[in-house]
Amino acid sequence: MAATEPSNDKPFVDFKNVWLAYNAELAAANHFAVEAIDLQVRQGEFIAIVGPSGCGKSTFMKLATGLKMPTRGSIHIDGQAVTGPLKISGMAFQAPSLLPWRTTVDNVLLPLEIVEPYRSSFKAKRAEYVERARKLLQKVGLAGYEDKFPWQLSGGMQQRASICRALIHEPKMLLLDEPFGALDAFTREDLWCILRDLWTEQQFNVILVTHDLRESVFLADTVYVMGPGRFVVKKHIDLPRPRDLELTYTPAFTDIVHELRGHIGAHRTATQAATSSTSP
Amino acid sequence: MNSKQLQTWSPWILLIVLVLLWQLACSAFDVSEFIFPSPTRIAAQFWEFKLIIAAHAWRTFWVTMTGFGIAIVVGVLLGFVIGSSRLAYAAVYPLMTGFNALPKAAFVPILVVWFGIGVGPAILTAFLISFFPIMVNIATGLATLEPELEDVLRVLGARRWDVLIKVGLPRSLPYFYASLKVAITLAFVGTTVSEMTAANEGIGYLLISAGSAMQMGLAFAGLLVVGAMAMLMYEIFSVLERRTTGWAHRGAHNS
Repeated sequence: MAATEPSNDKPFVDFKNVWLAYNAELAAANHFAVEAIDLQVRQGEFIAIVGPSGCGKSTFMKLATGLKMPTRGSIHIDGQAVTGPLKISGMAFQAPSLLPWRTTVDNVLLPLEIVEPYRSSFKAKRAEYVERARKLLQKVGLAGYEDKFPWQLSGGMQQRASICRALIHEPKMLLLDEPFGALDAFTREDLWCILRDLWTEQQFNVILVTHDLRESVFLADTVYVMGPGRFVVKKHIDLPRPRDLELTYTPAFTDIVHELRGHIGAHRTATQAATSSTSP
Repeated sequence: MNSKQLQTWSPWILLIVLVLLWQLACSAFDVSEFIFPSPTRIAAQFWEFKLIIAAHAWRTFWVTMTGFGIAIVVGVLLGFVIGSSRLAYAAVYPLMTGFNALPKAAFVPILVVWFGIGVGPAILTAFLISFFPIMVNIATGLATLEPELEDVLRVLGARRWDVLIKVGLPRSLPYFYASLKVAITLAFVGTTVSEMTAANEGIGYLLISAGSAMQMGLAFAGLLVVGAMAMLMYEIFSVLERRTTGWAHRGAHNS
């Protein structure tokens, strides 16, 4: 769509030569979890970060949410230097981690009990917020399950609720760390479409960390392939939107997946040869 | 009777069978009642001394509950502190484990010196023996939060306190109730042991005096009463646990 064409506006997410070591000793020993990350994401862009386990994807998430401060370099998000946890972001992980003593709707409401400005008005406007949570749950196909407890829901349903929880405070940025990794293939594709629709409607930024290449190509505007600690490839996905699941069976789609897979494979053999690494 | 009913009644059936065997053995081998009284003899003495037993039982009961009450307060507070701070956990936990290894009965003579014969040592022994499991369980419940969930909340600007109140405490409730069940039975042990040497009232005292008067039936009756009180309290906490934290025991009656 036209709105997602590259523009010269100031980037929404701006990583400038970011390095992170988890502590001072590691920094002194030049052991960095991520190295020389340069990344510019425009407003409303959907990016995916793919790479094998342990390549620093989750570290990248912590940097982008302000949960970790970079050892070197600077991060600006929405024009502001990141100095601490970023309340304009919502997060969801592979484990839905819903609270078992709360109903689905109460789980979705949890962020509003914590984040301002909702926190101070939570008691007064509770009814309004509950309505909002229910609408959101219905949008992801959980109508009728709002008052059930998480353990009465299937894994895919729990993950939908978890995404609703990440979106209830209308964040400008949604961070997803392998959110569909534990689901079966069919459920996963359902959730791709749900995420696609939510994003199309609300146009928040998404940073999706995944190791599923098809998922990244189907959903993202830009895919970054991550090798150990750094981005090795940036690939613009020019497939037209709106994208349909049928697209994933077209040659254009599989060519891109293939190409990305090649980058990962090439990089892995290169590093394994170089370090004669023991980890598979 | 189907198998489900059988399961429900099985403890009672087993109890009756055991009592019958006991009675049978006592009668068959003509065991002296001064050595090992038969159930009928115990029942007879129980009935004969029912008012005395009731008075001592009441004393043991409220002393235990007082000590247990203190144990809940101290155990929850300590558990909260060491469960919510890694430093406190590292500092306190090893000492507490060492303390827990000490036999609590060994404190009774010291407590007698400090507080004299009577209520003081008994309450404190009940407290000392029962606060540890409560503390450990609260601390465990708080310390084992999923890191992802903590991230989800921290990124929203949640303070440590928010995470503890919204997630930590509700999560540790099942652990808390489980610990109460263990702790209440321990508290009865503490009280009884203390009363045996450091009181002129209570079931512990009754056991000692009945024993020295060769009233074995009475001594056994006293034991039964402590056991019954402990089991009753255990059951009360079980019901409370199921009522308030059903989400943690869903396997039993759901899915």
